[in-house]
Amino acid sequence: MSTIATNEYINQPEPEFSAEKMKEVQRIIGLFPEGKQKSALMRILHIAEEEFGGWLSVPTMNYVARLLNIQPIEVYEVATFYTMFNIEKPGKVVLEVCRTGPCMLVGSDQIIEHIEKKLNIKAGETSADGIFTLKTAECLGACGYGPMLQCGKHYHEHLTPAKVDELLDTLRKEHSDK
Amino acid sequence: MVKVIIDDIEVEVEPGTTILNAARKIGGDIVPPAMCYYSKLQGSGGKCRTCLVEVAAGSATDPRPMPKLVASCSTPVNDGMVVKNKTSQRVYDNRAAVTEFLLINHPLDCPVCDQAGECHLQDLGFEHGKERTRYEEKRRTFDPIDIGDKIKLHMNRCILCYRCVYTANQLTDQRVHGVMHRGDHAEISTYIEKAIDNDFSGNVIDVCPVGALTDKTFRFKSRVWFLKPMEASCECTKCAGKAVIWMFGDEIYRVTGRKDKYGEIEDIDGKTAWICNECRFDKKDKSMWKIEGPRVINRHSVISQNQYIADDQIESKKLTGK
Amino acid sequence: MGRKLLLEHANVPGIETFEVYRKNGGYRSVEKALKTMSPQNVMEEVQASGLRGRGGAGFPTGMKWSFLAKPEGVPRYLLCNADESEPGTFKDRYLMEKIPHLLVEGMIVSSYALGCNQSYIYIRGEYMWVLEIVEKAIAEAYSNGFLGKNILGSGYDLDLAICPGGGAYICGEETALIESLEGKRGNPRIKPPFPAVKGLWGCPTVVNNVESIATIVPIVNDGGAEYAKIGIGKSTGTKLISACGNLAKPGVYEIELGLSVEEFIYSDEWCGGIANGKKIKACVPGGSSVPVLPANLITKTAEGADRLMTYESLAEGGFATGSMLGSGGFIVFDEDQCIVRNTWNFARFYAHESCGQCSPCREGTGWMEKVLRRIEHGQGHMHDIDLLAEINKKIEGNTICPLGDAAAWPVAAAIRHFREEFEWHVTHPDEAVKRNFGIASSHMPLI
Ligand SMILES: Cc1cc2nc3c(=O)[nH]c(=O)nc-3n(C[C@H](O)[C@H](O)[C@H](O)COP(=O)(O)O)c2cc1C
Ligand code: SF4
Ligand code: SF4
Ligand code: FES
Repeated sequence: MSTIATNEYINQPEPEFSAEKMKEVQRIIGLFPEGKQKSALMRILHIAEEEFGGWLSVPTMNYVARLLNIQPIEVYEVATFYTMFNIEKPGKVVLEVCRTGPCMLVGSDQIIEHIEKKLNIKAGETSADGIFTLKTAECLGACGYGPMLQCGKHYHEHLTPAKVDELLDTLRKEHSDK
Repeated sequence: MVKVIIDDIEVEVEPGTTILNAARKIGGDIVPPAMCYYSKLQGSGGKCRTCLVEVAAGSATDPRPMPKLVASCSTPVNDGMVVKNKTSQRVYDNRAAVTEFLLINHPLDCPVCDQAGECHLQDLGFEHGKERTRYEEKRRTFDPIDIGDKIKLHMNRCILCYRCVYTANQLTDQRVHGVMHRGDHAEISTYIEKAIDNDFSGNVIDVCPVGALTDKTFRFKSRVWFLKPMEASCECTKCAGKAVIWMFGDEIYRVTGRKDKYGEIEDIDGKTAWICNECRFDKKDKSMWKIEGPRVINRHSVISQNQYIADDQIESKKLTGK
Repeated sequence: MGRKLLLEHANVPGIETFEVYRKNGGYRSVEKALKTMSPQNVMEEVQASGLRGRGGAGFPTGMKWSFLAKPEGVPRYLLCNADESEPGTFKDRYLMEKIPHLLVEGMIVSSYALGCNQSYIYIRGEYMWVLEIVEKAIAEAYSNGFLGKNILGSGYDLDLAICPGGGAYICGEETALIESLEGKRGNPRIKPPFPAVKGLWGCPTVVNNVESIATIVPIVNDGGAEYAKIGIGKSTGTKLISACGNLAKPGVYEIELGLSVEEFIYSDEWCGGIANGKKIKACVPGGSSVPVLPANLITKTAEGADRLMTYESLAEGGFATGSMLGSGGFIVFDEDQCIVRNTWNFARFYAHESCGQCSPCREGTGWMEKVLRRIEHGQGHMHDIDLLAEINKKIEGNTICPLGDAAAWPVAAAIRHFREEFEWHVTHPDEAVKRNFGIASSHMPLI
């Protein structure tokens, strides 16, 4: 395997932030001294991901590079380094189940298995209806409240198979008609 | 000036000099191997850990030994420092371990690799490698990719020394390749299909210590030791035009910069003589060059030296006057 | 019940707002410091307190501050390390979520002491909602005159901002944090130069953990000497412990250093014993990178003395029979847990989180993970166990940053104390596989 982005999105036009988001982006850039605008990269990538379909396509990254006046390669390097950024288009909802020791001690393996069975996918895959992408994550800082998963900005803690079922149902309802 | 003792040999160097450069000032076999450090590239070094040495005494004022081995390429000397390189069993053992780490995921494709014979990893393996691998796992693999029509990337062979990244940063105005991902999945890539295309981008081939970045215009798959390296120069508007042309008969098979015994491009008239892409890739006709004489390949490499001597014995002897 | 210096008001309704926080004595330390103390005075109180960094290494905070270079005309930066990613550790999140103003207050006083006019909090990206809570607290502090220009008419200016990471444990390492804050990959820097001389944007920089910075508040309020009265010897003050694993009552506790481990685990005031009435098998007392302790070495040292929650007592016996207080991530294993599986799990964590810059860590962590995976899945050989020990010895101490050591120690300790369990996995491959209660993660790709 070699990482060369060849998906169909690569030649799409660059997206653009709304005027309102742009204000937020400018505020973030303003948190750093003159000439250190690159420091805003991480936060802006989070915003870009939220705004532009839950992932960072090549045009999105090129756009961010242009905004910050840096080389596109600097953005690709960062986006591939940090695990939170999706460089491939995921489902509408990304479930990230913590699999690290403390969560494993209280049953994260079973939760992962349960979701795998329920959605008929393996970790790393997206469900057939395109709604759920299941991922595993390393320690999310909720060790005392495990098993847990992260979905967007939310932590769902003290999971049980029953709670997972409920969560999946709610999320499916929320997203299936969009 | 500060005084340092390396493997029982004393040397005086400027304050701030690294242990490795102090050792290079002494020269010979007490110089630690360096796979990632490249003196002409700012910021390089510290990554491969092959240059680890033991500091038996930190300085004259604080003669305590340093508890850990240190990377000689990025540790500055202190006055009165005592360093052990080849006189330390610990260094030897840990260097062997680093060599093993570098080799576990390295393909065993030396027989088909263009770099064979001038590969620093091959040398390192020869000097510090174990006879048999203890690695029973699957090696990580990547597909070779073309970075434009001039450069080929065999990521399998890369040791992530970052030299090519520094080169692109420091020699070209736009870097288009870099390191993607992280950990043992880290890889050199352009991420999007893109040629590294810039007047000086070809230098990434010269700095690569292994066969990960190779010259696609290298006309013929030939072992380098069958070629005759000649120092040659040309009138060039972009670079100093001082290169080594690698010949087979009357034909130029490839062009490289002039490398010193550490594999680094030499300084000529006080400037590092990086060559431009035109000289490297396009001037493959003997008439384009003024041949100055045979090039002595003065690497520490056991493998390559034997080979070149077989080829060039008489002429190189003449040249060095020995 | 021990004294609470940080979490005393954590459960007061509305404490996350400026108003309630202020009513409960918040921002007193800023008033005291800026109006009655010089930066040097604050520094002296911190030195007198004996506070040791709460991020894991336990380096005395006052001493660290004294190393900060102060060249003329060059800005200095204080960075708060809220990257909290060491498995087992979730105390900083608790503090920021519950009483964000305590961190903001600590940042103001600490920045004042260090002479910084611009400070940043670097928080792990996954804590995005916590970032929003802290950002709100920062905004409130600005609008109430505790941040910005000429704070409380003292002539001291400070800007404070919070920035997210993007999912990388390594960015908790201070130089990786700095790189990340500069918008780059989180590759730790080669030291020297140290951040105290050349840190963020090449300027002198101090990096401190969330809890360390929050602790500056009570130290300034009550005086360093008063703070130092709590605890035992060089382990002064209180410490947040995030307890997890198979405990009856996992959670974040503020303890006075010196509490006995036995009381912490078994008393109803704290963790309430092992969950479901089981027996304890092992304990990792300070975050995943510290050595695991087998049952007989948890509440007692090898010498038979009571093991206490202090830097010294937990380390008693060195790596042979001791461990470390580390970040305070207290992980407890009950009798049903498999040490091999957990060791593999931790090894996988470190392999996943290695930045990949230096060869011993990049290659060594991946190698250990694969060997452990094989043993756990019934495909190990006896010689693999020695191979593991050998690999981790060759990673340890040979890397750019301590992640290499952090990856090596847990494996070394597990083999040291639980060798038979590894051997059992080799000699009983079928049963070993059956013990893998979940099949899920066994075939999962690394990334
Ligand atoms: C791999 C690695 C990860 C670390 N992660 C954290 C972390 O998440 N939070 C933290 O406060 N310190 C972490 N540290 C320790 C920091 O490098 C640094 O020592 C600490 O933030 C200093 O703060 P303190 O002196 O207040 O403890 C980590 C260190 C290493 C080597
Ligand atoms: S491609 Fe060559 S020069 Fe570049 S990082 Fe890999 S080994 Fe080093
Ligand atoms: S020890 Fe690991 S994490 Fe640290 S610099 Fe080296 S490769 Fe990166
Ligand atoms: S040459 Fe020093 S670490 Fe690579």
